[in-house]
Amino acid sequence: MQLLPLADAIAAHVRDGHSVALEGFTHLIPFAAAHEIIRQQRRDLHLIRMTPDLVYDQMIGMGCAARLTFSWGGNPGVGSLHRLRDAVEEAWPRPLALSEFTHAEMAVAYQAGASGLPCGILRHFAESDLWHLPQRRQQMLRCPFTDAPLTAVPAINPDVTILHAQQIDAAGNVLLRGILGAAKEAAMGARCVLVTVEEQVETLRAEVNAVVLPAWVITAASVVPGGAYPSYAHGYYARDNGFYRAWDEIARERQTFTAWMRAQVLEVADHAAQLRRLGVAA
Amino acid sequence: MSGSPCTPDELMTVTAAHQLRNGAVCFVGIGLPSAACNLARLTHAPDIVLIYESGTVGTRPAVLPLSIGDGELAETATCVVPLPEIFAHYLQRGRIDVGFLGAAQIDRFGNLNSTVIGDYAQPTVRLPGSGGAPEIMTHAREVLIVMKQTPRSFVSRLEFRTSCGYLEGSGARRASGSPGAGPRAVITDLGILRPNPQTEELQLCALYPGVTVEAARAATGWPLQLAAELEVLHYPQPAELACLRDLQARTRAAHAGPVHISLPS
Repeated sequence: MQLLPLADAIAAHVRDGHSVALEGFTHLIPFAAAHEIIRQQRRDLHLIRMTPDLVYDQMIGMGCAARLTFSWGGNPGVGSLHRLRDAVEEAWPRPLALSEFTHAEMAVAYQAGASGLPCGILRHFAESDLWHLPQRRQQMLRCPFTDAPLTAVPAINPDVTILHAQQIDAAGNVLLRGILGAAKEAAMGARCVLVTVEEQVETLRAEVNAVVLPAWVITAASVVPGGAYPSYAHGYYARDNGFYRAWDEIARERQTFTAWMRAQVLEVADHAAQLRRLGVAA
Repeated sequence: MSGSPCTPDELMTVTAAHQLRNGAVCFVGIGLPSAACNLARLTHAPDIVLIYESGTVGTRPAVLPLSIGDGELAETATCVVPLPEIFAHYLQRGRIDVGFLGAAQIDRFGNLNSTVIGDYAQPTVRLPGSGGAPEIMTHAREVLIVMKQTPRSFVSRLEFRTSCGYLEGSGARRASGSPGAGPRAVITDLGILRPNPQTEELQLCALYPGVTVEAARAATGWPLQLAAELEVLHYPQPAELACLRDLQARTRAAHAGPVHISLPS
């Protein structure tokens, strides 16, 4: 584990054409890292995430992505992700290929990737149109013991998984608290793991069963307070539900979206400067 | 529906809440299902167990979440587990009594579309996609569906089948080996549809006072059949409506609060 400034970590480890999973289910979404990728103008990325959320709406709208692997692409409780829709419906700013999963499929695909298995397995085989999609690689198989119908899902092993977490200790171990989604599985299956954290502490003071990523599975870490905003970091700050609502209007039109991204991401030096500009941090 | 004391959303929320028994283990979706489940918990079903796919089990939020993973859900939960466990240990293992879904389109056999309107490769409208719906529909012991009833959403044929209800009906679902029983009720702003016991086609079983069969048929994209007995639903009681509005007001206030982050100097 190397402790690096975020810009250096992204520059060193995220390359054009990489498959990249920025995970965190509603909680601990690594927005600061995404914005750094946007500032460094990475292209042709294969973005992987269960819920693309605002974070991929922004990356897609800024032209970073060639492919999206996902299972639910909306603004939770608000409506559409307008930039994702514009990319799929109108190929703006560039065409976006889709690989669609269900949540349960994507969960076992991450688990398989984290476990060194070629595929994950689900009970049953539902007769839906998802089977007829061009990118679909899922297969039906039979249990060798009971003959029960099963669904096999190819493992997900991202080139890079990026997480946000609460704390890193002096030895470089990282603690995640609260809603986890499939963050741990996405990290354990990746070839390279980057982490941003709220703060560095001497020791983690974690319960014995706490979710800790050992320093030696992490490639690089960066201390980025507020790095999950406008999502949240349990114990540090709440989800900015007002911003998630406001995004609907910001992202609806290409022009307002581009202007917002220029002012709040491209023209600011880093995440702290963005939080100050947005009035979220003093 | 001039006699309705409330909005169509409130009507559907209260009627959906009535369908939930105390003690049931519910897999809760965001929005109207979440409002209905929490209204049930705050009224007739205090021991209902609410599970959100983000990993929160037995959650008792004081305000409704905007997202499926708001901090409020984690802070008031019995436990918070990784998302793969929610789908494996709780849903796929058969521990969910009631799943609760909405969709852009439903067909006469309760199959759902939440993927695209139009051609998949060049869609007119790209919808959010499947999320947890296909497996909820497969594994929950039973499923409740909540949707506004219009000819555009209640269609004879889906443009894309994301989640399987009764497939082509007449036992096709059971024959497919799907563990759960499928959609038990479709709660709309006009009334309730339920599957015909033989054909499994959705038929009209209940209407709100003042809603005519003709109005329900006009809002349905297939020739809507009637159940042997057509029930007249009650409008929400003042107390439950007050409870729901209070919950919504608390939620609005909580979501309007500004977020402040302290940066180290």
